[in-house]
Parts: sequence; structure tokens; C-alpha cells
Amino acid sequence: MSTAIFVALIAFAVVNSAGWDDVKQSFFDRQEFEEAFPEILSAFWTNVKIFLVAEVFILVFALLIAVLRSVPGPVFFPVRALAVVYVDLFRGIPTILVIYILGFGVPALALPGVPIGPLFWGIVSLVLVYSAYVSEVYRAGIDSVHPSQAAAARSLGLTHGQALRFVVIPQAVRRVIPPLLNDFIGLQKDTALVALLGVVEAFRQSQIDVAGSFNYTPYIATAIIFVALTVPMARFTDWLIARDKRRQQAGRVA
Amino acid sequence: MTAALTIAGLHKSFGKLEVLRGIDLELSEHEVVCLIGASGSGKSTLLRCVNLLEPIDSGRIVLRGEEITAPDVDVNRLRRGIGIVFQAFNLFPHMSVLDNVTLGPRKALGLARREAEARADELLARFGLADKREEYPDRLSGGQQQRVAIVRALAMQPGLMLLDEVTSALDPELVAEVLQVIRELANEGMTMLIATHEMGFARDVANRVCFLDAGVILEEGAPAEIFGAPREPRTQQFLQRIVEAGRL
Repeated sequence: MSTAIFVALIAFAVVNSAGWDDVKQSFFDRQEFEEAFPEILSAFWTNVKIFLVAEVFILVFALLIAVLRSVPGPVFFPVRALAVVYVDLFRGIPTILVIYILGFGVPALALPGVPIGPLFWGIVSLVLVYSAYVSEVYRAGIDSVHPSQAAAARSLGLTHGQALRFVVIPQAVRRVIPPLLNDFIGLQKDTALVALLGVVEAFRQSQIDVAGSFNYTPYIATAIIFVALTVPMARFTDWLIARDKRRQQAGRVA
Repeated sequence: MTAALTIAGLHKSFGKLEVLRGIDLELSEHEVVCLIGASGSGKSTLLRCVNLLEPIDSGRIVLRGEEITAPDVDVNRLRRGIGIVFQAFNLFPHMSVLDNVTLGPRKALGLARREAEARADELLARFGLADKREEYPDRLSGGQQQRVAIVRALAMQPGLMLLDEVTSALDPELVAEVLQVIRELANEGMTMLIATHEMGFARDVANRVCFLDAGVILEEGAPAEIFGAPREPRTQQFLQRIVEAGRL
């Protein structure tokens, strides 16, 4: 009830404020919306494709980095160092810069056998940047599994790799599913950055529409489409977190 | 006859803290040796060293004629022959009881799933856990979990079992069922090195009792000697405190 009153008050204040008619015309034009929406929605499939392809590579590549970072022994110091440098580098550079460097820079070299498609380099950039973030999420998960678990596995004669694979990583991944999904939500939005390379996805399509009419409604249409995809994901993440909490509490009672 | 296990001049430090200061100990085949002593006396560290979970600083550990602390040994192969059971069970929470027990035989010994499961089922049945094979560890009582942990170690068919205060994390009414399992193993002739706070149990089951104090074996002998007529003042003191606590 209090929520309803609150929302009604805000809506009343907004609609009656000076300039509301201008805002309505520039951002919420019904006709513009109906024209632009189908085009943007079909362009949005490109975002979905970028997201899905990048996601698969990120999940695998990030896990590899996290594992390399945990390889024990002085012999493997260079491997660990390389993993650390990678993560520092790609978490430090703004995503937009990575996309420019790879998407414009590499094709400009015209190396034989190297792809020059903007979609390809856009996806590569997202994979490189997000793998750095996601590898840290994995690493936090691996570190959260008590060392006694690895000790129990090693005591059975399993190798370090087998202990990781069968005992540590399955537990680690389960624990980090909520933060992983959080990063995926970020990735869904950042697929729009690939537009900078000239790929026509939802954001680029809306730019084209706006350029034709000087009305900003297509941007709002794009925003709605993105939100429509990320909100279910966010609620799903919340649900998973709540479920884990319930399970932990149930486990403690049992 | 060669000894089952020989520990000679074993030293181990964690940073500046010297936990083991020269341990010498020999176990014959089928012998059960109990390690007693206050917390921090080095019992657990000694067991972890024997299972190569802790690298040692100096000394030698020899298992049936093979020096397992030599620099180039295959630790994974050696660990397969040494079972260890931990105070906190350390079962794998994401696996069923059956998977907990078959993981080692399948992945470390290379047994086929069917073979490993047959072996697991036989052991689970023997220790009254047959109906728990599909359960997950958090659905079991502490005593059941610890029995599963023992079965998990036994499934590797080890020639030596190390038990690290396996009843210390249990509610009092669950201690007996776990001790009973260990008694059975002793009766079957399993060679065991047992760190324990259960003095009554040590007196019953051990062939020999070692009192650890500040990283050395201060006194060792038959249970009747150690519990009946300890020579060292430190041993007398320790046992006196145990008696005062009503635990002996």
C-alpha cells in the first residue's frame, strides 16, 4: 500500500513538472517506438549471439587462468606470474580501449591468416576482458574450499590435478554461481560496445534510427530490451542465492 | 622381519615453531600404536608427516623397506598404501557416500566403476552403512560420517592406517560406534598408528602407547606400564589431569 502511494506521488510529480511534454515527445514517442522497436529487436539477436559465444569461451578460459594461478611448486612460478599479469592487465584496461586496439588495430596489420571481421575481434575483446574478472571469481571460489578437502583427496593418492578436478572445483563452482551470473549481466550490457567496431547490433541500430528522426525514443526502446533480458537474470541470481542460504541453514540443522 | 613403519630422527617446524623435535618410532606388522599427549604435542603433525601431507625438515620415514621421504619418490603411489582418517571427517560434501568411497579406487587405483562399487558396497555393509550409500554426508550423523571416512580409507586397501583423533569431533554418544570399528580393524590385524584422547580405548586396543610431549616421544611402553606405572613426571602429570577430568 505504501509503495503504491509512493509511486503515485512520484508519477504525479513527474507528469506535472515543467517540460514533461518535451520529454514525452523526445523519449516516449509512440509512433517512433512502434517503427523502431522491431528493427532494434531483430538487431538485438546479434547481441544475444555475441553474449552466448563469448560466455562459453569466458567460462572455460577463466577457469583455466584460475587453475594456472593455483599451480603449486617453484617450477611453475612463471606460469603463476603470467596468470597474474594477464588478470592485472585486462582488469586494468578499459574495455572500450581493448575493443579499439584489437578491433581496429589488428585488422589494420593485414596479417595473413588472421581474421579481420569486427564481430570476431569484438567477441575476442569481451572474452579477454571478462575472463580476467571471471577468473578472479573462480579463484575466490577455489580459495573458499577448505584445504582439508584437498588434503583428503591427496591422502587417497589422487594427484593435484585430480583433487582439483573432482573435489575442489566442483565445490568452488557451486559456491560462485551467483557472482558468476552477476558478471554475465555485465557482459550482456557490454555486448553493445561491439557497436563501436561497426557491427549493427541493438545499440547501433537505435543510433541509426535516432539519426534519421532526431528523436530519442529508439534509445529507450533499446534500453527496454536490455532490461527485459537482464532483469530475469538478476531475479534468477537472487533466487539462487536465497536457495543456497536456505540449504546451508537446513544443513546446519541436520 | 622388516618393520612395517620406521620413523627415525624426524624433525618438523612451522616457521620458528619446532613441532617435532626428533621422533624415533617403529611399528611391526599388525601392531597398533597409540599416540597420547596434550594438544599441540605434535601427534597430528606426526601423522600428517607419515602421510606426506607435510614435508619434513630432517629425518627418515621408511614404509616396509622403502624410504618414503626420499626426494624423488612418487608421493601419489605411496599415499595409496597409507590410509588416513581425520578428526573433522573431511568427507566430500558434494558427493554421495558411494562416490566418496569409490573416488580413490577409481581415480587413483584405476578400478572400473563396477569393481570399485562392489568393493565399496562390501565395506559399507560390513560397517552397517549399506542403507546410506546414496545419502550425502550432511544427512548423516557425525558417527556415521566418521565411519564412512574410515570406509573411504579402507577402500584403498592400505597396509597402514593413520587415525587422527577420529572421535574428538563427535558427540559423546556417537564415540562408541566409531571406536568399535577401529577395534574390529585391530582384531583383523591392521597396522595402525592412532592419535587419540580416548585413554580407555588406547588401553584396550593398543599394543604399545607413546606419550608425546613437546615434540618428542617422552615415554613409551605397553598400555599397562604407561597407564599403570608411568615413569616420567610429565606423563604422570598428564595422566593425572585426565583422571581428574573423569576421562580414565
